[in-house]
Amino acid sequence: MSESLLETVGIYKSFVGVQALKNVSFSMQPGEIHCLAGENGSGKSTLIKVISGVYTPDAGHIEFQGKQYKKISPIDAINNGIQVIYQDFSVFPNLTVMENLAFNNELAEGRRLVNWKRMKSIAEEALSKINVSIDLDAYVGTLSVAEKQMIAISRALMQDARLIIMDEPTTALTKKEVTNLFEIITQLKAQGIATLFVSHKLNEVFEISERFTILRSGEVVASGATSDLDDRKFSFYMTGREFEKRNFKAENVSKNPIFRAEKAGLSNHFSDISFSLRQGEIIGITGLLDSGRTELALSMFGVRPIDKGTFFVDEKPVSIRSPRDAINYDIGYVPEDRLSEGLFLSQSIADNIVISKIDQLTKKAGVLDKEQRSKEVARWVENLAIATPDANNASQTLSGGNQQRIVLAKWLACNPRILVMNGPTVGVDIGSKHDIHGILHDLAKNGIGIIIFSDDLPEVIENCSRILVMKNGTIVTELSPENTDEKMILSYML
Amino acid sequence: MDTTRTLLKKLSRRNEPYIFLVLLALCLLIEFRSGQFFSSNNLVDIASALIVPGLFAIGTFLVIISGGIDVSFPALASLSMYATTKYLLDINYQGGVWAAILMALVIGALLGAFNGLFIGYFKLPALIVTLGSSSVFKGIMQGALNSKQLTIIPSGMRNWGTSAIFTARNPVSGLTSRMPVAFIAFVIVLLFVFFILKYTMFGRGIYAIGGSEVSAHRAGFNVVRTKVVMYIMVGMIASLAGVIRACMMQQAHPTNMLGMEMNIIAGVVLGGTAITGGRGTLLGCMLGTLLIVIVENSMILLGIPTSYRSVFTGAMIIIGTGISAYQVMHMNKTHSKRTKSKEAA
Repeated sequence: MSESLLETVGIYKSFVGVQALKNVSFSMQPGEIHCLAGENGSGKSTLIKVISGVYTPDAGHIEFQGKQYKKISPIDAINNGIQVIYQDFSVFPNLTVMENLAFNNELAEGRRLVNWKRMKSIAEEALSKINVSIDLDAYVGTLSVAEKQMIAISRALMQDARLIIMDEPTTALTKKEVTNLFEIITQLKAQGIATLFVSHKLNEVFEISERFTILRSGEVVASGATSDLDDRKFSFYMTGREFEKRNFKAENVSKNPIFRAEKAGLSNHFSDISFSLRQGEIIGITGLLDSGRTELALSMFGVRPIDKGTFFVDEKPVSIRSPRDAINYDIGYVPEDRLSEGLFLSQSIADNIVISKIDQLTKKAGVLDKEQRSKEVARWVENLAIATPDANNASQTLSGGNQQRIVLAKWLACNPRILVMNGPTVGVDIGSKHDIHGILHDLAKNGIGIIIFSDDLPEVIENCSRILVMKNGTIVTELSPENTDEKMILSYML
Repeated sequence: MDTTRTLLKKLSRRNEPYIFLVLLALCLLIEFRSGQFFSSNNLVDIASALIVPGLFAIGTFLVIISGGIDVSFPALASLSMYATTKYLLDINYQGGVWAAILMALVIGALLGAFNGLFIGYFKLPALIVTLGSSSVFKGIMQGALNSKQLTIIPSGMRNWGTSAIFTARNPVSGLTSRMPVAFIAFVIVLLFVFFILKYTMFGRGIYAIGGSEVSAHRAGFNVVRTKVVMYIMVGMIASLAGVIRACMMQQAHPTNMLGMEMNIIAGVVLGGTAITGGRGTLLGCMLGTLLIVIVENSMILLGIPTSYRSVFTGAMIIIGTGISAYQVMHMNKTHSKRTKSKEAA
């Protein structure tokens, strides 16, 4: 067997009272594409930081090309060809592409003066390594996420990288951009450069990696060739729970639609949208990032009112010009970006839950009825199994999955009849995702009409009774999940 | 044709042309109303009025680019100017101005290092630190140095303050204005800082830190050292401005520079420097400062009572920053359109 590129042997690391890594051993071969997976808090980031020299392990050692290191510094790691591409890419938005690409090199060589010509040639060389062309004089702040990532990657390659660690690189990328990224990773492999790909997305693990390592609570629970892995095993390793697949079947569907769109349009975003939603149904609306799906979701909630066509609630035409209007028609909206649109992160869990029905929790003089409030809060914390020791803690103390439950609780507290979910499980771990899906199924059974806007295709297929595919602002087809697979949906989306 | 079009496009995205146009419009308005603006002595007067605010603006510009803010420079300049003048008077110094400048630079460096230590090394917020140090500097001046107005300054400073590169004479009114030698000092500092910012890694580091401190650290910039050195430089520039001011006024007044910080910061921001750091040019900074200086000095030529000056300065600032805010909005719009069309392609 050839000498491995990187090996960690029995790494232990703890932070005040928390054992972040327990006896973690794994190895990578030169040029290997390896996926490191695990739920939030499983120790992925800690392991990356140990490998890149940011943290010193409490016990165990790291071997790099056969050489043993008890501890390494970030500089040792870089000199050994380890480069980390962080989620924020460590770029300077205010400077040009050229400077972003050339700085590391110039600083590493200890230069004190700036030679713009040399910087330019360095930048050109860097971009040529991955065959991309980006305007060198453009400011990085004006680039797309994918372009920033390309800059981070080509910059890393300038330092003779042998191993590139990418921390959740696909989070903000569109489908097409992910494909591009994977092509580049494959190119790197051909040059003998290994990639450690950190992700919790199942389909990516299967698509790109040759081997995988899954961490749970700081321990390696599985490691091996990706070809031996299937999605059931993957979910089990990630969460330690067995999930049965529960495809949603609509029951007790009402005869008349509870919500209907007729030739609805919003200039520049979507047009001629017609569909109907009945009680007890979950319908899925999917499409690429620029297909207009997000705008349609926002229009249903009155954030971006439609300028053509009509919405009907209970077959009566309604005008939804603001979120207030939407709430009055019993429409609830769970936003895509819960951090900025759905939650007051620094406020308590309890306050977040009651915020949208605060008017109903007051006594005569407009004073808040504390008893009523805590009853309401306790009900939802229990119903949705929000894992918190105290509902008065700030919402930001919770994991993504639990935060999403709060947003859900907030709307359920107002008894909506129509629930618009925009990316219901973005950034949520597998366990919570499963639970949230379960909650949605129950809600639908109790007669709520639910619309899921999502580009997570397995989610749509599993949880919806009908799937509408959007492309360039119009609905191109309606599919039934029983005889549909991801490929088929994709072919309509692209 | 094509190149001029791209050049125009590039220019329209920058702030300087707008400021320049506003500046030009204002100058023409004053000229139209009074016929005095473009007279040689008025231009020299404005240039000489620009020296001290200009130096302060250069220092403030550096701090804002690095993502910080400095409200202590008037106090810092007053303290080093006053300490220098007082000491030289006490020892009855009779030599040239260089001793005063040198001494002020040393004191300025020390006071700047005080700011830099807390902001760079202890990573405290710049606004809080400089608010505090501003009080400390004022306190030292009033307490330890028992400051009061010094109507006599050392002869070296006095002579330098009145020496002129040339004298402009208005042929109509017969008024004359001197172009002070200090203007050369201002130009030297301007060129020096321009060179530092454009052609040294230290200068690019200031921009980098203003863009993202974490990224700068990861890229290998020595963030702490860069900040400390920068605040030392800013302290020295401010002190130089303090001494020049004393020389030009022929007296050492301990308090009359205090309160200048807001107009200076306004001028810098008016010139297109992002208050959040990382973005801006020295040219824009100078244009913005010049605009403020002209408004402050030439209202009288427009026939507007000086008591309305602050109203005008305020209006200028709101309009100026409004334009740049509008531009940013516009840029974001065109950008999102660009990515949209790209994705569709």
